[in-house]
Amino acid sequence: MGARRVAQYGLLIALAMVLSYVESLIPTFFAVPGIKLGLTNLVVMVALYRMSGWDAVIINLVRILLVSMTFGNAFSLMYAAGGGLLSGAVMILLKRTGRFRLQTVSIAGGIAHNVGQILVAMVLLETWQVSYYLLILWWSGLAAGLVIGFLTAQVVRRLPASLFGPGTAAERDGDGDEKGDGK
Amino acid sequence: MSDGKATIPKRSDLLLIGGLIAVGLALTAFVLLSRMSSQSDALTVTIRQDGEVVATLSLDEDAVYTVQGEDDAVNRVVIEDGAVFMEEASCPDRLCVKQGKIRYAGGSLICLPNGVVVEITGQDDLELDAVAK
Repeated sequence: MGARRVAQYGLLIALAMVLSYVESLIPTFFAVPGIKLGLTNLVVMVALYRMSGWDAVIINLVRILLVSMTFGNAFSLMYAAGGGLLSGAVMILLKRTGRFRLQTVSIAGGIAHNVGQILVAMVLLETWQVSYYLLILWWSGLAAGLVIGFLTAQVVRRLPASLFGPGTAAERDGDGDEKGDGK
Repeated sequence: MSDGKATIPKRSDLLLIGGLIAVGLALTAFVLLSRMSSQSDALTVTIRQDGEVVATLSLDEDAVYTVQGEDDAVNRVVIEDGAVFMEEASCPDRLCVKQGKIRYAGGSLICLPNGVVVEITGQDDLELDAVAK
């Protein structure tokens, strides 16, 4: 891993941690735990679209680990990891197909994140009675994914390509997925 | 390859989002239907006095249960048309009577002075709240 990539990782992980913290300051207005905007997904999606799927997953997992150790507990770590891994997998696969816009990928990722959390809850609490939560978190994931998708599209469009490109102009112009891995 | 640029949604985008919305609507319908059906079955009324269960009744059958306590303390619990309410109580503030009718799982009527708790329990108790954050 080159110094450039280390710096990119550090930058994005730090940004994701700050956004996690900012979001934790917003009081929960809703009765159901788990409803939130998921601001950090903005960073993950920028990594997905400007670096690669693997970079996005690594950045997200490191962020989850650090945030859970700093602000959370073992439970929040498992919930976040379940949501992060499932949404990461879904977003990478959807993007790979090349058939979907960024906003659509974001919406699917938002829902997948909440579904992943509910799967973890089902295992941890050994219960199947989660349909009510699934319902609420399905819609909230959809809404959050919509908002984050639009934000990410704006950010990705405005970021200078040189910030994440591996170096050469030819690779920079690609979307950075298959060819721009840089490892 | 699709990128962050604002373009017209593709057919596949609309199909996927439409599918996700359809699943969400199906979930909504499922939960609403199961809520409605669970109201009429498997809900029980548990009456406790000083922490001990003194009666377990079905919410489906109309009934009147009188809880007798020390010093002529009396609470009359009435089950009627799938709802429970405290009809009469000997306690001074009668807050339990003022709570009115409850009909869903998790609902409770509490009379602190007489130590009487009436609770509806059922299958759709949501048990996640304690741990989820």
